[in-house]
Amino acid sequence: MSFINYSAREINCKIVYYGPGLCGKTTNLQFVYKKTDPDNKGKMISLATETERTLFFDFLPLSLGSIRGFKVRFHLYTVPGQVFYDASRKLILRGVDGVVFVADSQVERMEANIESLQNLQKNLAEHGFNLGTIPYVIQYNKRDLPNVIPLEELQKVLNPKGAPYFEAVAMTGTGVFETLKEIAKIWYIFFLFRTQSVILYLYAFPLFPGSSVGRAGGC
Amino acid sequence: MAGLNMVMNDEAFKLVEAELQKLIEQVNGKVIFLVDKNGQMIASAGQTKGIDTTALASLTAGNIAATAGMAQLLGEKEFSILFHEGEKDNIHIALVGTRIILVTIFDSRSALGIVRLRVKKAVDSLGPIFEDIFKKSEKDKNSKQTSKSPFAEITEDDIEKLFG
Repeated sequence: MSFINYSAREINCKIVYYGPGLCGKTTNLQFVYKKTDPDNKGKMISLATETERTLFFDFLPLSLGSIRGFKVRFHLYTVPGQVFYDASRKLILRGVDGVVFVADSQVERMEANIESLQNLQKNLAEHGFNLGTIPYVIQYNKRDLPNVIPLEELQKVLNPKGAPYFEAVAMTGTGVFETLKEIAKIWYIFFLFRTQSVILYLYAFPLFPGSSVGRAGGC
Repeated sequence: MAGLNMVMNDEAFKLVEAELQKLIEQVNGKVIFLVDKNGQMIASAGQTKGIDTTALASLTAGNIAATAGMAQLLGEKEFSILFHEGEKDNIHIALVGTRIILVTIFDSRSALGIVRLRVKKAVDSLGPIFEDIFKKSEKDKNSKQTSKSPFAEITEDDIEKLFG
């Protein structure tokens, strides 16, 4: 649910980074925070345990600029990835405008990826969404590690419907902003075309010529 | 409610701001703000300078969400009022309808009883304003009048420019 304030000429959008524990959701936000102009960002809030695992959520407000005279503000959230924090994940998905699913590319984390993706689908359904009716991007993180699953296999298992995807190394920033830009673009399109029929059409055909929006894309 | 945007026009914004201004004077408060349950700031009044209102808005919504989760475990729908007492400043949080949160920050110059009383009256006044806003947003959604959207003429370049 985006919030548009015509009086203040502001548009607010909530993007949630979802994925299994230790897949790199917080690292994504930390990189965005580090690389964003101080004038454009608020304070990053991390509610973490003593071992730095996300307890409730991370929150990063970004004011990146104006479009057509409206100041656009992105509110980036992560969810706690650990299985037993499901109640927190459900709460954070409330009012979500777009989801980035961060998958861990390591062989031994495939089962956790599948479990987390199923959990996302279940929790989205409780809010009246599914992955075809909400702006959605997949990020395959940790591509620099030696024991990663081939991209084709990840795609086959985690992205059979061909949502836009990016390979990433969040620690170094590879793919981080590409992912964020993509979810922002798709959010705009969904926002503009609010009927379900048009949204589904857009998955098959890009709106902008040469754009990766509306089709699968890599980095 | 899936996919519904909340759109606030000048007229509604002025009504909301006037209510907040009235409330802050009545309770002699420091800061008052309205947040939606998704954590987005709607309006504020008082000494907001020096306070990270965006973060406060997000954490308030998280707080309300977590408390609602606790309430449901007890068989309650939700708790409509929360109160946090500090050494200097206190935070009073109240729900306006089902989707909006009214936050009042006050210090020893105010009394909790007065805050509770005045906030209750403000909630009664703000409720219909937001009901109207949501009705209009729903109507706009159903009428599919995208031509009025500020996004109507958006291009990919506009989006790229946001990220520098």
